[in-house]
Amino acid sequence: MSSVTVDTIPGTGEDVSHGHHDDHAHGVPHGWRRWLFATNHKDIGTMYLIFAFVMFLEGGVLALLLRTELFMPGIQFFQPELFNQFTTMHGLIMVFGAIMPAFVGFANWMIPMQIGASDMAFARMNNFSFWLLPVAATLLTVSFFVPGGATAAGWTLYAPLSLQMGPGMDLAIFAIHLMGASSIMGAINIVVTILNMRAPGMTLMKMPLFCWTWLITAYLLIAVMPVLAAAITMILTDRHFGTAFFNAALGGDPVLYQHIFWFFGHPEVYIMILPAFGIVSAIIPAFARKPLFGYASMVYATASIAILSFIVWAHHMFTTGMPVTAQLYFMYATMLIAIPTGVKVFNWVATMWKGSMTFETPMLFAVGFVFVFTLGGFTGLILSVAPVDIQLHDTYYVVAHFHYVLVAGSLFALFAGAYYWIPKWTGRMYDERLGKWHFWMSMISFNVTFFPMHFLGLAGMPRRYADYATQFTDFHAIATVGAFWFGFSQLIFMYLVLKAYAGKGEQAAAKPWEGAEGLEWTVPSPAPFHTFETPPVVR
Amino acid sequence: MMKFKGLLPACALMLSGVANAQRVDMPGGPAINQLNLTTGVTGIAQDIAWLHWMMLIICLVIFVGVFGVMFYSIWAHRKSKGAKPATFHENLTVEIAWTVIPFLIVIGMALPATRTVVAMKDTSGADMTIKVTGYQWKWGYEYLDGPAEGISFLSNLGTPQAQINNLEPKGEFYLMEVDQPLVVPVGQKVRVVVTAADVIHSWMVPDFGVKQDAIPGFLRDTWFRAEKVGTYRGQCAELCGKDHAFMPIVVEVLSQPDYLAWAEQRQAALVTSADDPNKEWAAEELMARGETIYNAQCVACHQATGKGIAPAFPALEGSPIVMGPMAGNIEILLKGQQGTSMQSYAQLSDVEIAGVITYTRQAWANAGNGTDPVVQPSQVRDAR
Repeated sequence: MSSVTVDTIPGTGEDVSHGHHDDHAHGVPHGWRRWLFATNHKDIGTMYLIFAFVMFLEGGVLALLLRTELFMPGIQFFQPELFNQFTTMHGLIMVFGAIMPAFVGFANWMIPMQIGASDMAFARMNNFSFWLLPVAATLLTVSFFVPGGATAAGWTLYAPLSLQMGPGMDLAIFAIHLMGASSIMGAINIVVTILNMRAPGMTLMKMPLFCWTWLITAYLLIAVMPVLAAAITMILTDRHFGTAFFNAALGGDPVLYQHIFWFFGHPEVYIMILPAFGIVSAIIPAFARKPLFGYASMVYATASIAILSFIVWAHHMFTTGMPVTAQLYFMYATMLIAIPTGVKVFNWVATMWKGSMTFETPMLFAVGFVFVFTLGGFTGLILSVAPVDIQLHDTYYVVAHFHYVLVAGSLFALFAGAYYWIPKWTGRMYDERLGKWHFWMSMISFNVTFFPMHFLGLAGMPRRYADYATQFTDFHAIATVGAFWFGFSQLIFMYLVLKAYAGKGEQAAAKPWEGAEGLEWTVPSPAPFHTFETPPVVR
Repeated sequence: MMKFKGLLPACALMLSGVANAQRVDMPGGPAINQLNLTTGVTGIAQDIAWLHWMMLIICLVIFVGVFGVMFYSIWAHRKSKGAKPATFHENLTVEIAWTVIPFLIVIGMALPATRTVVAMKDTSGADMTIKVTGYQWKWGYEYLDGPAEGISFLSNLGTPQAQINNLEPKGEFYLMEVDQPLVVPVGQKVRVVVTAADVIHSWMVPDFGVKQDAIPGFLRDTWFRAEKVGTYRGQCAELCGKDHAFMPIVVEVLSQPDYLAWAEQRQAALVTSADDPNKEWAAEELMARGETIYNAQCVACHQATGKGIAPAFPALEGSPIVMGPMAGNIEILLKGQQGTSMQSYAQLSDVEIAGVITYTRQAWANAGNGTDPVVQPSQVRDAR
């Protein structure tokens, strides 16, 4: 059970009963040092979230450029080389720059507060793992301006195409190495914090589900980021140091790259969705005013999904021409994932059942998440059927599928979590009316953008195309209109967050949500710079 | 959606300033606003369409069930309607049921799919075999057996550049037409052996239910048996560089007699057009031949101006290889340049290679500069 009862509520920042904590003397650091030398989990969490949002805007602008070119057939604005660079960088930036750092930002802010710890276990490593990211982002962005431009090999960087790229490819490799190192350090920090720094009485099976999903995600990160590092290092040495891992003429194998990449890549998609499950599992019970249904089965389902993620990678490669036994095995294994994922959806619906629900913005995004993410789950199940996948592989159907799980899944859960915890982060309530506008605009425009892509894919429109047959025109035009609508809707969110951070809006109570559970609601809003210096005791 | 249908193309027309040709469904290709998979013209494509319908219906039923419950709950269990929260938070029976039942459903889905996977992979007992090679950015076809044995050709995009650049109205087959389609007989099991010369491509024809990656250095095979005469179209499905969108696949399925006639005619043409390798060619003849080849094979990267696109595609104008002794020039065409998109063009004939080299040595500002302005086919033959 995740509901906890607190015996003692520790000092709230004004507590100066004991002098042995020096930090009370100098308090909150000021100016640029506070951020550059930050060791406080809340400050680092804030920096992660700001960074992720900036990258979200950069990746979003790239997506809008793509959609602009695709508004109608013919080449109007961007030549195919540049178009391919935009496609590639949109993917890399959204995955490694926006979604992953955003979840790490949530982890930094919330995990210590949810388990009653004073901070993350390794505060200085935490600082380092954040500050690697702006460097990596700079490398990626600068790569547009080197000769030949950014890498245009797709975010999967398949060899041998990635061996043909210019120096932009090397910059991308270095950037991914840095982001990978950052992720590994962040993951180690989260594992150690959760395993060693829980408050007395906070057993593992009492932890909020967000901590559970992050604990499992952190293990996934530690397991697969080095695999990605290996894959891109092999590309680097093939490019510059005369190795031939992926060159068949010298005894290599281009498909080897795909195996290594997807051994990373499939767990990676769960890295981007499991913490989202955790956020939604906090919000739905809070606004249904009813405990989460099937807490233990949620934990087991998360663990099963994580384990299954390691044994299904080649379903991304059905068209490479694997032997029939391999195709069958990967098809069956992939279909199994539907079962634990289904359990989660059923649990969320059962949590809502006979609750007493209200629909503030966090709940809207959480319910929207369940609804639209499940659509993406169904298309995933359809794609797991190998013969159907062979028709749909590398078409817009796949583009629709993974945007349903990544945008409507991960991103909507991030929005849900942001609205849920903004009162705790800033001490101010966001503007509820505008929050609802943000939800409805995002929800509708998202579907206008991505739903028609299912039809495009079914009709055979390949992905990563700068130009297309005129028969595809209408759906592309609709998708472009939806994409701009979605993009501009995000400015509402930016406005709301900035307003709350500026200290405008209604003062938030320590526990602004009637049904919210967990230690984070026992400290004041905004959360003081230091929380739980003396651990609370959880019964 | 109906509202958008008229509005958006209207905007598109205004923006482009060039009227698109009237759009019609493309035979053997996508229909306008096609909503579902094609049922195609092979048993496999029909099986796939059936599997997709089955999956879609099962998923829709579950979807309506689960979200029917959720939306009922959203409607009925609201605080504003005075709902009091229940306190239950687990139920072993229910939880076991909704783990086991989906498992059984998944097994039900996997069984028919298994049959199709096995059928798709069974390339045995083929009536004929064709080798397909992906190049940046065109397809090469080679008939390995049967009446057309020995025939091989390259299949390039047939859509004029002016249509792509919106200077001319777009045709009915925009981007899905080629100069020379692959030709196969109806009702025969055709085994397709797929490979690539440079990067990974993917050979896809939706109406056949076929999509096979073309992997450089490896042979992979797939098969189809087209049951209806007609023309069927697909496109490259694996990102392969800048002109990924411009290397379509067109397969013409002919009746058996028509196919035999086609093969005979191609075989005859092969004999008469065979160039005498020992003939001494005049520079003008080689130039004319070379210009055709250049515009089909080279222009995508090195550009019509010969200036290329730095840095990936170097300029030929003033290039030390083009201006230098012919040996280096012949070698790079025959062997390609490791690690770049310059592949080997050894599949071209001696005359074609000699022609294109001669052309590049005399076109643009190269004319009159550099050594060896004319390369003879015999010199290419000697270098092989």
